[in-house]
Amino acid sequence: MKNIIKLVTATLSVLIAFTSCNNSKQSSSGALASNVADKVYVAPGEHDEFYAFISGGFNGQLSVYGLPSGRLFKVIPVFSQDAEKAYGYSEETKPMLNTSYGFIPWDDLHHPDISQTNGKLDGRYVFVNGNNTPRIAKVDLTTFETTEIIEIPNSAGNHSSSYVTDNTEYVVAGTRFAVPIPQKDIPIKEYKGNFKGTLSFIKVNPEDGGMSIKFQLLMPGFDYDKAHPGRGKSHGWFFFTTYNTEEASTLLEVNASQNDKDFIAAVNWKKIEEYVNNGGGKTVPANYAHNVYDEHTQMATSTMKKEVLIVDPSEVPGAVYFLPTPKSPHGCDVDPTGEYIVGSGKLSANVTVHSYTKMIDAIENKKFAGEAYGIPILNFEDVLAGAVEQPGLGPLHTEFDNEGNAYTSFFISSEIVKWKLGTWEVLDRQPSYYSIGHLMIPGGNSQQPFGKYVVGLNKITKDRYLPTGPEVTQSAQLYDISGDKMELLLDFPTIGEPHYAAGCPADLIKPNSKKIYNLEDNKHPYATKSEADTKVVREGSVVHIYMTTIRSHFSPDNIEGIKVGDKVYFHVTNLEQDYDVPHGISMIGAKTSELLIMPGQTETFLWEPKQVGVWPFYCTDFCSALHQEMQGYVRVSAANANTPLKWSLGEDIE
Amino acid sequence: MKRSNIIMLIAALLPLGLFLFPLWKITLEAPQYPTPLGMYIHINDFSDANPHDIKNINLMNHYVGMKYIPDAIPEFKIFPLGIIITTVIGLLIAFKGNYKWFLFWFILMIVLSCAGLYDFYLWEHDYGHNLDPKAIMKFTNPDGSVMGFQPPLFGTKDILNFKAHSYPRLGACFLGLGIAASLIAFFMDKKNNKKTVPI
Repeated sequence: MKNIIKLVTATLSVLIAFTSCNNSKQSSSGALASNVADKVYVAPGEHDEFYAFISGGFNGQLSVYGLPSGRLFKVIPVFSQDAEKAYGYSEETKPMLNTSYGFIPWDDLHHPDISQTNGKLDGRYVFVNGNNTPRIAKVDLTTFETTEIIEIPNSAGNHSSSYVTDNTEYVVAGTRFAVPIPQKDIPIKEYKGNFKGTLSFIKVNPEDGGMSIKFQLLMPGFDYDKAHPGRGKSHGWFFFTTYNTEEASTLLEVNASQNDKDFIAAVNWKKIEEYVNNGGGKTVPANYAHNVYDEHTQMATSTMKKEVLIVDPSEVPGAVYFLPTPKSPHGCDVDPTGEYIVGSGKLSANVTVHSYTKMIDAIENKKFAGEAYGIPILNFEDVLAGAVEQPGLGPLHTEFDNEGNAYTSFFISSEIVKWKLGTWEVLDRQPSYYSIGHLMIPGGNSQQPFGKYVVGLNKITKDRYLPTGPEVTQSAQLYDISGDKMELLLDFPTIGEPHYAAGCPADLIKPNSKKIYNLEDNKHPYATKSEADTKVVREGSVVHIYMTTIRSHFSPDNIEGIKVGDKVYFHVTNLEQDYDVPHGISMIGAKTSELLIMPGQTETFLWEPKQVGVWPFYCTDFCSALHQEMQGYVRVSAANANTPLKWSLGEDIE
Repeated sequence: MKRSNIIMLIAALLPLGLFLFPLWKITLEAPQYPTPLGMYIHINDFSDANPHDIKNINLMNHYVGMKYIPDAIPEFKIFPLGIIITTVIGLLIAFKGNYKWFLFWFILMIVLSCAGLYDFYLWEHDYGHNLDPKAIMKFTNPDGSVMGFQPPLFGTKDILNFKAHSYPRLGACFLGLGIAASLIAFFMDKKNNKKTVPI
């Protein structure tokens, strides 16, 4: 009996202990929650401190968020058609998605990187890569529109891509899937030695940001996974992680995981640039699209380029070296000083850090361990700066703050680990929900990081939000890193897969953001600058409608004389010159999207009427108090009818 | 040259500032316009406070049937001529005249300025009341009369969802200073004359 009483008392006390413990925990987390809420609260009408450009991964677009609020401002269409903005639907933007394979309406957008000057963010452009049909795109940060896309020939799985050098001299595009170069019909098992991977260096014009492929470095058929330019002291070099140095072509999860060490390829691009400027390299036939959107004509043009310059690294001594790095390294990150090159062996138990100084020393003293395809391999021990021991499982990517700390994401153990450069000591760890891929500190891959926040870009969401069937939202997380310990502040949903991101202080971009397009600068060949100039012109069976919009009517809004079988182009100019007054237009039965036309802009859609009748069109963007009245009619007559071509506004036709 | 004449000289020249700086400004505030719409009135021109403001004012006002703000009005020819003529007269007076002439110029300027303001009022009244009978939106006052949209001549007034401000600008200050200076010149010269007469 005594024992029973003891047992009951013990059980009760344990229960009480647990209950009270629970209570105290709840109240403390409540207080904590309100404190955390303050840190991400941006009052109505106020602006966020940072822009975050978060890639949409398989969504193919680039989204613009504010930090710390996590609010979504815009989805910039880049590689995927966007019916909302008529990107890839309007006649003006269709050429943006042209490739050597024809019109491709989608891609897998992975790595945004903001242009830099002197190793610091300059807020002019964001460069992004398309993985699947290799392309690099440039987004102009005055308009937040995609203004240029260049296809990368001799590449496949364009993954180690769109990273910029200290002065945006180059944006690089590396090949993940080695392929025969030039492409040819050979057995897949002849991969080894016959397949190659190119690393493309795209020159960026400092004036207008125009891109052109300066050279392609023809490398062995490894998988070039991630890349990072040297910074500061290592400016002039570029580093690429590799896996599948086994050169396997099947069951890579096993066959490409056999070598204890793969490589980080160190490329001295300044040396190769000099070689190329002195006539080095070999110009070979190629076929790739270069698509440019002109802000003045408001039209994209696609030009097919027919040759490219190939550089064989074995012909440029001292240009490329291999740094052995354990276990299929994924992330390749260079710290703000340019001294440390972090290679995260994704199957390794530690994070390997190479020293730029040691690398240069080993090169100067010719301490080579061997060579691969004529490229010298350095000794692992000679270039190793140190390793972060047992930090977690599955290290992927590293970003840096401005106080000598590094933050590495761990996919398998699902956490961010903060460690010290130089001492390699682990300082803090915070869980991520769930399975973080990339992470981003604004400026965290430049010489000047803004170490206030880190954004975790997660691969798996599971139960973090209200469920939406089998497919749940994609998600990012915001951590405060201003203190010694990281603190999770916010979960926020993202479009597509938030693969990687680039962040920038808002003050670098906000003052340059355009409010309208000046009508007088509109050089569109079908622009109509006043209602007096509106007209309808027939050229055989092609009809051009020169139309204008202004609150709250189309001009003309009554059109007759269109015939079944005509190709009718609506060239619509928005005459508004006021901030945030776009007009839309859509036509019943048009096999395309609406247009959404910004003030001062001209856009075009094609309508091919198939039936006689009187067909309405209307404004799709709620523009004004009389938006609902913003509508019009087109009369379509039989193909052989004699209905004269007429148009009007505000009066009955005839 | 006497000090009073020098002041009169300055008085005659100051109104020329109207050719450099705007005379008046009308500003329209509304919640949808975080940057208010504004129009400067110069002696010879209307201009935007921010790019395209006049176009956007016209767009707003067409809903209630107000006419477009014209590119040019006859006053843009008359007013500059008036200022040039009065400046020439003022200069002649500064060199040749005495306090009686200073007073004459002062009164002339006051009369002309009042005439100008009255003309401005008439234009504003017409602009605010002479509405298109096919106006999209028609508003009536509580007494049943048609609501007008005349901006204030001077001051601030609520007009539907807008708050309209109408205030003089730097050019008007130059004019005002010139007029005030002529009055000072008048008093100084008159005082001097009183002193000198007994001798």
